[in-house]
Amino acid sequence: MKDYVRTEHLAVGYDGNILIHDINIQLEKGKILTLIGPNGAGKTTILKTLTRQIALIRGTVYIGPREIASWSPKEMAKQVAVVLTDRIRPELTTCADVVAMGRYPYTNLFGKLTPRDMAVVRDALERVHALDLAEQDFSTLSDGQRQRILLARAICQEPEVIVLDEPTAYLDIRHKIELLDILREMAQKKNITVIMSLHEIDLAMKISDYLLCVKGETIAAYGPPEEILKNCTIEQLYDIQNGSYNLLFGSVELTKPRGAPKVFVVAGGGYGIACYRALQKKEIPFATGILFANDVDCQVARELSDHVVVSPAFEAMTERHFEEAAALLLQCEQVIDAGTPVGTLNRQNAKLLQLAQEKAIPIHRGGS
Amino acid sequence: MKQNSQGMEPKQSENIPLGQMGRFAVVMLFLSGMLLVALLMNVNIGSVSIAVGDVFRILWDGIRYGIANAVTKGGFAQELGAVITSSTESQILFRIRIPRMLLAAILGGALSVSGYLLQVFFRNPIAGPFVLGISSGAKMIVGITLIFLARRMEHISSFTLIAAAFIGSLLITAVVLLFAQKVRNMSMLLVVGIMVGYICGAVTDFCVTFADDHDVVNLTNWSMGTFSGANWEHVKTAALLCIPGMVGALLLSKPIAAYALGEGYALSLGLRIKPFRVVLILLSSLFSSCVTALAGPVSFVGIAVPHMTRTLLKSSKPAFVIPAAFLCGAVFCTFCDLIARTVFAPTELAIGTVTSVFGAPVVIYMMVKRRRTLEH
Repeated sequence: MKDYVRTEHLAVGYDGNILIHDINIQLEKGKILTLIGPNGAGKTTILKTLTRQIALIRGTVYIGPREIASWSPKEMAKQVAVVLTDRIRPELTTCADVVAMGRYPYTNLFGKLTPRDMAVVRDALERVHALDLAEQDFSTLSDGQRQRILLARAICQEPEVIVLDEPTAYLDIRHKIELLDILREMAQKKNITVIMSLHEIDLAMKISDYLLCVKGETIAAYGPPEEILKNCTIEQLYDIQNGSYNLLFGSVELTKPRGAPKVFVVAGGGYGIACYRALQKKEIPFATGILFANDVDCQVARELSDHVVVSPAFEAMTERHFEEAAALLLQCEQVIDAGTPVGTLNRQNAKLLQLAQEKAIPIHRGGS
Repeated sequence: MKQNSQGMEPKQSENIPLGQMGRFAVVMLFLSGMLLVALLMNVNIGSVSIAVGDVFRILWDGIRYGIANAVTKGGFAQELGAVITSSTESQILFRIRIPRMLLAAILGGALSVSGYLLQVFFRNPIAGPFVLGISSGAKMIVGITLIFLARRMEHISSFTLIAAAFIGSLLITAVVLLFAQKVRNMSMLLVVGIMVGYICGAVTDFCVTFADDHDVVNLTNWSMGTFSGANWEHVKTAALLCIPGMVGALLLSKPIAAYALGEGYALSLGLRIKPFRVVLILLSSLFSSCVTALAGPVSFVGIAVPHMTRTLLKSSKPAFVIPAAFLCGAVFCTFCDLIARTVFAPTELAIGTVTSVFGAPVVIYMMVKRRRTLEH
């Protein structure tokens, strides 16, 4: 069988109440699957069901050749390791001790570590770049260090699948990147299958081989990130009514200022973005143009304004675009020149500034 | 240069388990030494002071008597037996002091392990059989048993008392667990435990008040908490229950370590949580009911001693903490008993009075320190 983790019509929930049904996942070995979706959508419930922390309600889950219900606790422990959101505070316990707990399914009745166990502990610490933390007390760690040690603990369990529930929560951006890099390496080099939930959609897009969008009672979408990008908007998934999320760049824009435009921004080539965001902060509705369709300014402008004059990429701006922009400009009280250089293709923008001067509309230079 | 940067690191990490092991050995040696000193002092000091040399001579006689009696049952054994019974000092030693100190040592150890297991169960270092009301529950059932059985039976065996205490412990544990499901807050749970403890105390007092004086005679002393009633039967019973109990506790040391990481992690490591928790409670109740049945209420040992043990070991590895806590509890209780019976002699203090004086400050210190780390 090609798929290592597979669910068929899986329904999950608590106490027999179904929260999400018809979850169908097919995941090959060594791939990374990320669950995204709004808070409370049931990402954790799905992960807990896959790891048998809670009982599944309907359907089947296969990990490897067998259904998970048929694994004994010990066999299951050798298949699947977890990194949970539970805040653990063991007292007077070194990081090496915490990591060594991962050997639990392998050690004897008294938990005695063999030289091979110790080597595995060491190797796991090395993989998360935390060898220097081995003897440090676990309770003294920072969030980033803690998460790496918990990941080492999971690696130490020598599982085929690692399941992580929001492993990047509480981490700053540097530690997020570090952690995801380690996961990517584990998947590639050790062929470990990774299933996790993330809040950072941009990171999820970049690290995952598959995305599972959880929303409402069923799965909103499942597939490679590129396909999801085509078919589903993040605004739908998260019910974003104001504001927006640009999947291509992974950038968030806040709520668009409403109303008739008061300021016209002459922009292009990325010069306008700072102006747009500054105007959004002051909640001033604005119009902008003329922008080529492939301009970065255009991506942001569309999220923040309803009045964007766009001309086709790779062609000179035409008189028609000028007319359209001029009409908007004349409604505005002020004009901002973002400082975009004028060349052969965007000469119409120079004409716009000229028009403003003629009509005695005050012109500010970008940023002010 | 090259040696410094590359040669050092692997060595250090290989030393991790060894270093802890070394500390464990040192602590165990230290505690064993302390126990030996405590035992000797207990035998030596009292209303009749027996010189250390005599103690050893009498002990030697006793050992020879035991061996001779077992091997030959002949004249030599009888001769030795006569020597022992004829001397007041050896009478005091064998009838009173030795069983008393052995009982104090065994029950002290049992009580601290009982507290430790409860702390594991509730994942809270301030849990213990006394604060959670479990000891009081055991005391209540034992008290009732004593009052009602004393009329019908001449002699109540220590097993009966322990069985009564065990039922009482489990009963109150069940009540506390019921509340534990409702209140997630640990300090609230402790308040519940203390309140349940008071209720049990009130019921016990009620029974005592309305019982015949005759029935209560052997109750008053016991209800204060003391090792003064110790005899060889008690020692045997305690050893018979506590030694297998300790073996059981040691066998739990691996799952306890996993459980300390939280239920989620323990589960994913392959621990069967429910049976584990049941065994934990049964063992803890077994230990604490031995203590309550044979010595009455002894406060704070269950919290203070495991904490002192962890501090000494600088580790909370269960495989280290469990045996060390047993030894430490034995040392703590034998010293406390020594103080209880000698400081204001001939008046004897209740054992709980002494253990509270030493134990309660430790608990207060823990709570203050814990608050600080939580705020941190």
